[in-house]
Amino acid sequence: MSHPVTELDRVVIRFAGDSGDGMQLTGDRFTQEAAVFGNDLSTLPNFPAEIRAPQGTIPGVSSFQLHFASYDILTPGDRPDVLVAMNPAALKANTGDLPKGATVIVDTHDFTARNLTKVGYAANPLEDETLADFAVHAVDLTGMTVEAVKEFGLSRKDAARSKNMFALGLVSWLYGRDVAGTETYLAHKFATKPTIRDANVAALRAGWNFGETTETFAVSYVVKPAPAAPGRYRNITGNTALSYGLVAAGRLSGLPVLMGAYPITPASDILHELSKHKRFGVTTFQAEDEIAAIGAAVGASFAGTLGVTATSGPGVALKSEAMGLAVMTELPLVVVDVQRGGPSTGLPTKTEQSDLLQAMYGRNGEAPMPVIAPQSPGDCFAAAVEAARIAITYRTPVMLLSDGYLANGSEPWAIPSVADLPAIEPGFATAPNHSTTNAKGEPVEEFWPYLRDEETLARPWAIPGTAGLEHRIGGLEKGEGHGNISYDPANHDRMVRIRAEKVQRIADSLPPLEVDDPSGQADVLVIGWGSTYGPIGAACRRVRAAGHPIAQVHLRHVNPLPNDLGAILRRYDRVVCPEMNLGQLSRLLRAEYLVDVRPITTVRGLPFGAEALAHDLLTHVTRTAEALA
Amino acid sequence: MTTVDLPAPALTAKDFSSDQEVRWCPGCGDYAVLKAVQSFLPDLGLRRENIVFVSGIGCSSRFPYYLDTYGMHSIHGRAPSIATGIATAREDLNVWVVTGDGDALSIGGNHLIHALRRNVNMTILLFNNRIYGLTKGQYSPTSETGKVTKSTPVGSIDHPFNPVSLALGAEASFVARTIDCDRKHLTAVLAAAAAHRGTSLVEIYQNCPIFNDGAFEGLKGPDAADQLLRLEPGLEVTVDGQTWTHDPTEANPTRQFAISRLDGDPDSPVPVGIFRQVDRPTYDDQARAQVADALAAAGPGDLQALLDSGDTWSVAEERA
Repeated sequence: MSHPVTELDRVVIRFAGDSGDGMQLTGDRFTQEAAVFGNDLSTLPNFPAEIRAPQGTIPGVSSFQLHFASYDILTPGDRPDVLVAMNPAALKANTGDLPKGATVIVDTHDFTARNLTKVGYAANPLEDETLADFAVHAVDLTGMTVEAVKEFGLSRKDAARSKNMFALGLVSWLYGRDVAGTETYLAHKFATKPTIRDANVAALRAGWNFGETTETFAVSYVVKPAPAAPGRYRNITGNTALSYGLVAAGRLSGLPVLMGAYPITPASDILHELSKHKRFGVTTFQAEDEIAAIGAAVGASFAGTLGVTATSGPGVALKSEAMGLAVMTELPLVVVDVQRGGPSTGLPTKTEQSDLLQAMYGRNGEAPMPVIAPQSPGDCFAAAVEAARIAITYRTPVMLLSDGYLANGSEPWAIPSVADLPAIEPGFATAPNHSTTNAKGEPVEEFWPYLRDEETLARPWAIPGTAGLEHRIGGLEKGEGHGNISYDPANHDRMVRIRAEKVQRIADSLPPLEVDDPSGQADVLVIGWGSTYGPIGAACRRVRAAGHPIAQVHLRHVNPLPNDLGAILRRYDRVVCPEMNLGQLSRLLRAEYLVDVRPITTVRGLPFGAEALAHDLLTHVTRTAEALA
Repeated sequence: MTTVDLPAPALTAKDFSSDQEVRWCPGCGDYAVLKAVQSFLPDLGLRRENIVFVSGIGCSSRFPYYLDTYGMHSIHGRAPSIATGIATAREDLNVWVVTGDGDALSIGGNHLIHALRRNVNMTILLFNNRIYGLTKGQYSPTSETGKVTKSTPVGSIDHPFNPVSLALGAEASFVARTIDCDRKHLTAVLAAAAAHRGTSLVEIYQNCPIFNDGAFEGLKGPDAADQLLRLEPGLEVTVDGQTWTHDPTEANPTRQFAISRLDGDPDSPVPVGIFRQVDRPTYDDQARAQVADALAAAGPGDLQALLDSGDTWSVAEERA
């Protein structure tokens, strides 16, 4: 039989099931197929902090949302066009996000009275009007999976575990996706368990064939590849890209990398990834705590290695004192903060941007640190290289602020050519830098660890093993130049100002900001930092599509702020700043530029939805126009 | 101890003295330890530039400033973690940690036990004066119960640590104790600690003349011979009625631990010397070996190949 095929330009699918149902894997595989097909895409994994929350409950629901399109997209999508729900809890937890007319594919297998009661359904929603607004396909996915893998002699429980592959096969058929890549993936993943491998492949194919041979789905769909610049691409998550950036930074600087870390969600994957790359001279040290992790990184930097530590907000709090030590000793160090919902333990698996002020000011004393934020999962690569460049060039700890959305989300990434990446010069000190005379009046050459480069104000990095440059550094205030302990009031005042000026001078090395204002007519500027880039961009497109000009500028460097930012902010009648916190960047901008930056804030543990954000932006545009009229 | 090239001209104690004025209180036990270290460093056959002293916070932690080697005076309690990073990053460095009873056993207790269990190449000098000196006289984790200090006007109710027992419990590979006033013993124990590959912990009983003067007075002078049990390999030791021959190289630390418990017995002498000295793979050597093995197996990493790994696709020309 042949199905009619309908062409769509974009689709948002959400796979939802129990934590143990393999929804993240299912979503990830569909993502890979969409990526290889050439769609632009953006993903949003969303899972509970518990590894296996009680089965069949709403807190135990794990989901993976994928937005794929035939044009360039910026967000994982606000509302799913298709929901795949593997049990009543997954249906109940996600129905509220569905737009009218959405397609809902439900595994009916677990829709027993007991399971329905567990999640608060008084009656079976598949049999009453609950889902009347949607195109519902109620199918016994589990039962058909068990039937499809019968020949492998698995227990019923093990057989049922392949149901996620059946669902993947079905959805792959629905969107005309090849499953060969997933078959290869399964062959590799279960190489040592041939029965499990064969069962998964059989379930995958059975799902596909079910779509092909039944009348359940009247049409299937096609979403054509998106336009893209020539080049080589892969799909990548933020944590992987960030890890590759750190590996690249080691290669570009010629330095070994030592990463100290203590496991913490959502940063642990960086430790896992870096631990695989010993051939690149990367050593990972799983420390006894967050403090030891950064301590080892500081020690490694003193010894001439690129010291790195990666954590999330609670870990940054513990590392504060050691960051201050790195500020005082002026050693290169990259501190990665993959932000999550706070305060305290907060929402470990959800995203937030609420560590900005902690990154800026969360240390005792005047302890300035450069702060850098990637804007998309793939951009985590370039941001990590940039963090290392600043750390090494200016001899300073640098905060790299990713977040849970970037960390686990993915997008197609234009793979950079290594040959095009600029080298980073560690410029180790090799000889004395100061001439004096000894007690007998004879000339003596000395090494002064705090004599600075005139342009960058960076101090020399003399590493142990270099004869004649033996010196001592530490957390006590340093005398200017010679670096010996000094409690002199004027010296302290001067050193505090020099450390601040050194960080400020990084701004001289930054490229000009790019303001996106296609019409050139905007009165309202939207400014953001970090992972809000995609949602802000998507919201701006909607505002423009509705006929209203609006300008967007996005910050990679939050400290120091770019030299041209003040002039840009003052060009607009209104400046709006959406953030996943209660207005941290807007405070910084107000304080720095005396510009009335208006915050738009959300702290729901999820990225901004483009539709809602566009609505808020439109309100600002309208009010500004009224005020100007 | 790391194998490195011998320096061309022989160095002397003077070569290891920095130009900084030593600022401990007159009569402080730290002077004796500094002198001892400066005197035997030339005998280690190391280049000055390959030695790194790391300290935390406290009186003893000023130590690195007075030695003309590489050094870092870091933050409270964290010296073992910083030293771990240095030792793991660089095979050619000889790494020392100078710490006190508050720094190592209170605020830095966690880092100390983990350094000991990992067996990172470093020599830890734990100056134990049983008091907080730099903060002017509060009780420490080695102060005796009932001690009256600024923060315990009616006596401390804390039960103290025995640092040697603690280190043995953490399965340290080298554990010793010595005393600041016995220059010969101090020098011999420190030299043995420096020569050990792995983490060496040396507890040094050290007098604070300002806030805890005479803490170890009973162990000094001509009458003190009976008060000290000077451990040597082969020494016959009796604990709780059982007698055996002390063997610091014995893999099972049970008997070494039993000796360390003599401290708590008022009728027993205080054991000093080397309790334990065993060979065990070090953390940093193994970390470097994993890197070397990976390189030997597959050669240096190809960054472009890494970036190109996984499912990739190419767009040949502008796709519209």
